[in-house]
Amino acid sequence: MMLDLFIDLSLFTMLVATGIAIVKMRRLFGVTMMAGVFSLLSAMLLVTLDAVDVAFTEAAVGAGISTVLMLSTLTLTSRIEKKPVHTPWIPLLVVTVTGAAIIYGTLDMPHFGDANAPAQVGVAAQYMERGPEDMDIPNVVTYILASYRGYDTMGETAVVFTAGVGVLMLISGLRRRRRKHPKDEGEVG
Amino acid sequence: MFVFAIFALFIAMVLVLVRLYAGPTLYDRVLAVNSFGTHTVLFIGVIGFLTGRPDFLDIALLYALINFVGTIAILKYFRYRAIGDVHQRPTDREIGH
Repeated sequence: MMLDLFIDLSLFTMLVATGIAIVKMRRLFGVTMMAGVFSLLSAMLLVTLDAVDVAFTEAAVGAGISTVLMLSTLTLTSRIEKKPVHTPWIPLLVVTVTGAAIIYGTLDMPHFGDANAPAQVGVAAQYMERGPEDMDIPNVVTYILASYRGYDTMGETAVVFTAGVGVLMLISGLRRRRRKHPKDEGEVG
Repeated sequence: MFVFAIFALFIAMVLVLVRLYAGPTLYDRVLAVNSFGTHTVLFIGVIGFLTGRPDFLDIALLYALINFVGTIAILKYFRYRAIGDVHQRPTDREIGH
């Protein structure tokens, strides 16, 4: 449909513009705000693809928690990004090659909404059919995540928990060191 | 009518993005991000009605909530220069602009 194309193109244009602005900008506070907007735009794109749960995760993590984490990082470091000392051509080459490889990888993927895609002909239909009897949980997403993919979910939770504990230990260690040497606490603002 | 709404929404988003990039003070940028979050809420609502399935309207409310909490966190950073637990009120010198 024409309107869908228009919506997708507008969102992608704004996404690319935000990305370029993030690269251009040197004030890190503005970059943090831009990253939040970037995440909100990605969430909108995911909503247009009917993946509202992924979109919500993107918005909560990208626009919510990441912004807060970046801001708390800004309190510890400088607020202006230094000018890069190396030429941008080698990173550009690496990014171009990686991007080309990823695009080449998508050539094998099934088309959007393809009825013969593995996601459609796999075990999904059986999950939908047998789930309510097996698990007695009314919500489809909940019973697939918590039972059929229980080990997967447990692994993810362990990873997130480990990351959280690591960040907490880093932050608390830093704070203790600062309390011991109050002179280190320079002007951050 | 919803088509017109989505056109207007995109124009508003572009204006906010311009302000976010150009905005001279930090407060302009905070306000721009906050209103972009509001535009996200509106976009999810409008796209639901546009496709004839307004089931995601309650999810849009959750986005409003995230937006609110995020703005509070950013403003707390302005006030205290710290996000975590704040032990004492800052002196004027620490706030100083």
